[in-house]
Amino acid sequence: MLISLLAVIALGCVAWFGTSAGFQFAFGIIIPVLALAVFIFGFCLRMMGWSRSPVPFNIATTGGQTRSLDWVRPNRLDSPYSKIATIGRMTLEILAFRSLFRNSSTQIKDGRMVQWSAPWLWIAALAFHYTFLLVFLRHFRFFIEPVPFFLTWGEALDGLMQVGAVRFLMTDGVIVAAILFLLGRRILLPRIRYISLPSDYFPLFLLLGVTLSGICMRYFDKTDISSVKVLIMNVVGFNWGQPIPEGISSMFYLHLFFVSVLLMYFPFSKLMHMGGVFLSPTRNLPANSRAVRHINPWNPPKKYRTYAEYEDEFREAMAEAGLPLEKEPENAAG
Amino acid sequence: MSKMPNSAELAKSISYSVPQKGWMDIKPEFRPGNYAYPAKEDTMRGLGMPNPHTWAPENEDWGLPKNWEKIIYNALKVRLEKYRSLKVFMDTCVRCGACADKCHFYIGSGDPKNMPVLRAELLRSVYRKDFTTAGKLLGKVAGARKLDKDVIKEWFYYFYQCTECRRCSLFCPYGIDTAEITMIVRELLHELGLGLHWIMDPVSNCNRTGNHLGIQPHAFKEIVEFLCDDIEEITGVRIDPPFNEPGHEVLFITPSGDVFADPGIYTFMGYLMLFHEIGLDYTLSTYASEGGNFGLFTSADMMKKINAKMYAEADRLGAKWILGGECGHMWRVVHQYMDTMNGPTPSCMEVPKSPITGTVFKHAASTKMVHIAEFTADLIKHNKLNLDLSRNDHLNVTFHDSCNPARAMGMLEEPRYVLQNVCNNFFEMPENTIREQTFCCGAGSGLNTEEIMEIRMRGALPRGNALRHVQEKHDVNTLACICAIDRATLPPLADYWAPGVNVVGLHELVANALVMKGEKRRTMDLRQEDLPNVPDEPEEEDEMPEELTGGAEADDAAADAGADNGEGGEE
Repeated sequence: MLISLLAVIALGCVAWFGTSAGFQFAFGIIIPVLALAVFIFGFCLRMMGWSRSPVPFNIATTGGQTRSLDWVRPNRLDSPYSKIATIGRMTLEILAFRSLFRNSSTQIKDGRMVQWSAPWLWIAALAFHYTFLLVFLRHFRFFIEPVPFFLTWGEALDGLMQVGAVRFLMTDGVIVAAILFLLGRRILLPRIRYISLPSDYFPLFLLLGVTLSGICMRYFDKTDISSVKVLIMNVVGFNWGQPIPEGISSMFYLHLFFVSVLLMYFPFSKLMHMGGVFLSPTRNLPANSRAVRHINPWNPPKKYRTYAEYEDEFREAMAEAGLPLEKEPENAAG
Repeated sequence: MSKMPNSAELAKSISYSVPQKGWMDIKPEFRPGNYAYPAKEDTMRGLGMPNPHTWAPENEDWGLPKNWEKIIYNALKVRLEKYRSLKVFMDTCVRCGACADKCHFYIGSGDPKNMPVLRAELLRSVYRKDFTTAGKLLGKVAGARKLDKDVIKEWFYYFYQCTECRRCSLFCPYGIDTAEITMIVRELLHELGLGLHWIMDPVSNCNRTGNHLGIQPHAFKEIVEFLCDDIEEITGVRIDPPFNEPGHEVLFITPSGDVFADPGIYTFMGYLMLFHEIGLDYTLSTYASEGGNFGLFTSADMMKKINAKMYAEADRLGAKWILGGECGHMWRVVHQYMDTMNGPTPSCMEVPKSPITGTVFKHAASTKMVHIAEFTADLIKHNKLNLDLSRNDHLNVTFHDSCNPARAMGMLEEPRYVLQNVCNNFFEMPENTIREQTFCCGAGSGLNTEEIMEIRMRGALPRGNALRHVQEKHDVNTLACICAIDRATLPPLADYWAPGVNVVGLHELVANALVMKGEKRRTMDLRQEDLPNVPDEPEEEDEMPEELTGGAEADDAAADAGADNGEGGEE
């Protein structure tokens, strides 16, 4: 855990002192553009890498009654039979984390196993992913001119709670709380701590760095947003020769650098679960393997002990027991 | 073998606290009772398995082939290229821990490496070292470790403490299926000549004699005829099932455990009585006398080799479709692998259609194989069976969903429908322990061997606790199942965790309730134990139907007769 925290702090220092020392061009343009390229190429390469391996068998996990006899009511979403139902299952899986929703907790009390529903991980996971998505979308106001109406509206809704002069965006609070929950359970629950790797803490600390630096910029160490937008529009418009606008604080570069690291780290890490969830053969196949033949591209040739070989070995005994034979003992010799 | 704790001591001994040392620094210790016996060298050689040799888990040196590291590297590489599941499951886990307390072996042992996430990390750590840039560069920081002989031992220890039940896969947000990983690691171990006696011996038998138990054809026929004698004694009806006969509509295949072992034999008698009663045109086969497939626990190739006999025999005998008996892992193979591996089906086969009700089993259109619970449920729904539920009135029944029919087939309602129509007193175990969330018997996937009884009983804790719960609450005395391995593993489970509960197959209960044409007054159940609720009947009426028996036998239409009890237990 510590090593991950130190790594994130070190990265933060690099950005902070780097920009203080005047490397704005590197941190403002080169690194982010490079990071985006690494992310896109890396992500595609990983997806293609997975796709290169075939799915030899239909191993759908059935989470409910399958479609069988006409009068037995099937559970269409947990045990999908058609393609459409399978898309439904995947949609639930990806948008609502269906499987995680089932989560329960098991303990032994007085020599008995007791189980109860444990939705907290599901709630925190949903909270994190959805606020991340909202915050991500909100950032498009820096990339698009004029700002589309739905972004403005969304922000107005998000910022119903006004704290002081600045509107406090609820998403900012929720995302930090969700990250802290995910981090907290990793650190405090002995079992989860035991299975955690440095690569589990690192993205959480990094995300905390991203969000906290972003929040800092918005509420406390305010950055000149108009200069930032000029910089971004220059980058997006490929006007890289333009001078870097003045008045952008180191906090902005810190934020941008954390995001850049996140982008570069993404394709090589467990964060690829974002792509992997689409490719899981236990979820994305219809559970109809008796109705429709699934094809295995590397299906090896059949090799088995044939009936003829079997009868050859047991012919005498089979004849004696009165079992039907393909060759009677007297004809089989030789 | 070490002394076995009793159930209360065992439950008390479980602690979910974690060790001080990281899991990579803890090595498993092999001592009598905590590992299953290795496969014999001759067995492995006979099956053409790679690197057969004699070894013992307690020895320091396992006699691995000289280039064992290269073998593992290549074997893993090949499988990453063959299975997207493996590749995706290696990369996408975020270690959220949702799977941790879903595994019966973890719940019963508290051993952290029995958490599905860590079980998978045992392989993932090696994968990262050899196949990912981060693992190569950062090593332990990236969760990578070097493959050494202790890792092989650890794999052997923990991947034979997974029953491939797939309960964890249900809860995983990415659908990571530990069964898939266990199957691959067992394949890797087999590449080094490491296997289990209890798995490889049945595989070898099945290859040679057609069934796991090594019953030769003449003996198989003899045993079945012996069971028919018992049926005659109980019901007065004589059944002579056909063996290896061409030209029948249906080929019936069930696990050989049903033919050989108590209490499976009563289920088998149930099948025969049912087929006789409805006049099914079927044959048994001694060549394909095994529905189960321990090849599933060995390798994809071995599973295919053993399974190939089913379609081959259907082809030879000209059967239109195959009816399959009650079995868990058999149905995983039949439902999810058979058609892909050994299909398309022989040209003589047709989409299964019940000759009694006319129901077309569309959901088996390609595999052309129907589960007997589906078949019987359809018979009952169409009022084709005359059932006397009162014969099962002394039984308070609960139902154990076997892992594979539940989580690989989604067959949950059919067996329940049958049960509720053959007995009046049916009670469910708690919600989190049945249907798709069912708990394993603790000894599936080739682990139902005696020498690891403590491990098995630990894995059996969740099921045992749920059973004990309904035993106390509803006076449940009967545990019904649709799995031959269950019929072998649940009796010791019940004796240990819920003494007094009997284990029965679904079709044993069906046959107990089944009123057969021409049967004598039934005073005994299939186990030849006295039925407590037999009504008194005058002697003369008793003998009348017996004289009709001969004539009724060949009369298919008679199957439609008398179904006044068909709806009885539906509510």
